[in-house]
Amino acid sequence: MQCNYSCGSDEHVIARRQFLGGVAGGVVGGLGVMAGVPAAKQLEKTQQRVVCIYMSGGLSQLESWDPKPKTDTGGPFRAIPTSVPGIHLSELLPSTAKHMDKLALIRGINTKNGDHGKGNYHMQHGRQQIPGVSLPTLGAVCSKALEDPGNPMPGHIRIGGGGRGNDAAYLGPRYASIGANGKPPANSERPKGLSEAADSLRNRLRRKANDRFSLRRRTTETDAYTYSYERALQLMERRDVFDVSKEPGAMHELYGKESFGQHCLTARRLLEAGSTFVKLSHSNYDTHNENFNFHLEQVGEFDKGFAALIGDLDDRGMLDSTMIVVMSEFGRTPKINKYYGRDHWGTAWSICLGGGRIARGALVGKTNANGTKVIDREVSFAQLFHTYLAGVGLDSHEPFDVGGRPVPMADPAFSPIDELIV
Amino acid sequence: MAVTKANPKTVHVAHQWKHSSPLVSCCFAPDGRYVFTAGQDYALQRWEIPSGKKVAWSAHDSWVRDMVFLHDGRTLITAGCDDTLMYWDAMSSETPKAIRTVAAHKGWIRSLCVAADGKTFVSGGNDRLVKLWNASDGKLIRSFAGHKLDVYSTFLHPDGKTLYSGDQGGEIREWEISSGKTLRTFDAKVLLTNNTQGVRYGGVRGLAVSPDNRYLAACGLHKATNPLGAVNEPIALLFDRKTGKKVRTQAGSGIKGIAWQLTWLNDGSLAVASGGSGGGFLLFWRPDSDKEYHRFKLPDTARDMAVHPDGLQLATVHYDRHVRIHKLTPKPAVKNPDKPAPKK
Repeated sequence: MQCNYSCGSDEHVIARRQFLGGVAGGVVGGLGVMAGVPAAKQLEKTQQRVVCIYMSGGLSQLESWDPKPKTDTGGPFRAIPTSVPGIHLSELLPSTAKHMDKLALIRGINTKNGDHGKGNYHMQHGRQQIPGVSLPTLGAVCSKALEDPGNPMPGHIRIGGGGRGNDAAYLGPRYASIGANGKPPANSERPKGLSEAADSLRNRLRRKANDRFSLRRRTTETDAYTYSYERALQLMERRDVFDVSKEPGAMHELYGKESFGQHCLTARRLLEAGSTFVKLSHSNYDTHNENFNFHLEQVGEFDKGFAALIGDLDDRGMLDSTMIVVMSEFGRTPKINKYYGRDHWGTAWSICLGGGRIARGALVGKTNANGTKVIDREVSFAQLFHTYLAGVGLDSHEPFDVGGRPVPMADPAFSPIDELIV
Repeated sequence: MAVTKANPKTVHVAHQWKHSSPLVSCCFAPDGRYVFTAGQDYALQRWEIPSGKKVAWSAHDSWVRDMVFLHDGRTLITAGCDDTLMYWDAMSSETPKAIRTVAAHKGWIRSLCVAADGKTFVSGGNDRLVKLWNASDGKLIRSFAGHKLDVYSTFLHPDGKTLYSGDQGGEIREWEISSGKTLRTFDAKVLLTNNTQGVRYGGVRGLAVSPDNRYLAACGLHKATNPLGAVNEPIALLFDRKTGKKVRTQAGSGIKGIAWQLTWLNDGSLAVASGGSGGGFLLFWRPDSDKEYHRFKLPDTARDMAVHPDGLQLATVHYDRHVRIHKLTPKPAVKNPDKPAPKK
């Protein structure tokens, strides 16, 4: 579905100008879709945020959230107790285990899929992919539904890499992701030869011209163009927020020097500055070969950065307003293959989440003794998507208003996992 | 009595026995009567040769990556991924019992080697340490610190003064045992593929000094174009011990796999067991050539190899749950009852 703005009628033009006039900070364009009033009401009390950690390639649930030691599928790692009595994690997560009382686990996921592309789509969109239909990702949905118009920070940020994502579909480019890499965005400093006053005059002229042009010829593309300029200006003003080197040495020590730890630290800076949705990835978990050696290194790196992030968010009083999700496109086979690897597996796997309105220390779902099937509270990617939205206080059955039509935020045939929401 | 030399060109499977779980590591008893194996089922197995009679028992809280016998001929030491070394009275007629458990490393123990005089042995592991132990009482004698990555392999030189260890990054260290100092390093970085697909992959999987004391051999993998998909090739390197320089790069060309273990044979050959997406092989090289002079296709990917005390047999363990005993001597002729006896 495309973001379609102007039918060309006088009513549409007038309504749009009224709306644009009310937007704080002079930001224009890309706002043909408005969050429903109920969503705005839900967010009156506390601005909610999301940090999503994507374990790219497919994290093994057996080497992380659902260990099965001393079974035919268990592998060489042991299980360790956590701060929640009765919940054990893989020994690869000793620091995370200490924060289990702030987190929750879903161990009964069956996404019925073992394909990277499909799995990624399911987890990011919460729905089956339909040819020719473009849907917004979780990041775009959250940045739209949780938007704080008074905050100039970009609402949807991907850490690692750069550029703009094409992931907001009908919500429009305002909610598409922006890449960040722990440094101020490239070319975000005002050129030395250009004074602040001259720059301001220049931008005023550009806005006037844009406004005039868009009165009759507004399209998604012109909005994207206009919005890019405005967003660039905002980024220039807040460029230091992206610069992880501004953090004190103790923070770098806490999060670790590895890239993942630095990305977690960047995420915390951005969330603290008001970004709504920050996504970071950790790679590579697609371990068909040497699963145990690779998980030993990578989960170890994840554990340090992730535990630091949880502890830091908690220390800063941000955990109640920040939901954390650790997801993959799927899990990995309980069966260990001949290369000490594990293959793709969507039949019985796990994710970790916490913060926001997620019940602390909760455990939902169960797999059998060797992890080959779900035996209690099986859930799908659609239920997970609803749960993420409920976890930040949204009613996931509320629709977006897209060109006057109600479009559901999440697959209306499903609902959140209620027992995880407080 | 003349010592019979191994003839790798005659290698053949003499025995194969199946366990209930894929196997991980193996070694022979010093008297040659048994081969011991460890499986993914956290158990150890003792197989009687040639009957194949099996005794199996539970062992560590994790997998066993290596095992060695002490020179008393009775005590088996196993290296666990549960940080411990376990000592077993392994030759008793009953199911072997643990006689000592030592919390030896912080992390997996990947390698063991017993000194030629039998008085000490070494272990190496994921805490990046090599440790020298008193064989009789299990007490730690010395730790050798310096590796920057996990220790994958160890070898005690028969001179009793020198120790070798290889790590994940392809660094081989030569240590002076008496002082614990690194004397020199050997560059085997070709055994590491770094940052392809965002992972660090490789390591020195096996180490051994040649019987003539001239070469240090190391093995592992190279050409890892797809580490996550097991696309890599097995390789062995020979270093001249005098100069420390690499003199041979012996690659199993055209084979996809890892050289999991190596051993020198009494005919001067280097034998390597490889396993991976291209299947399992025994590869044989001579020190004067980069090209192997014989390769033997195994029924399944190999994961570890041990040489029999007689020097004429190799044991390999496999994912297909089998332990296989390979003889390096000609197959005995099989009498064909259908074929008429030659006329005299």
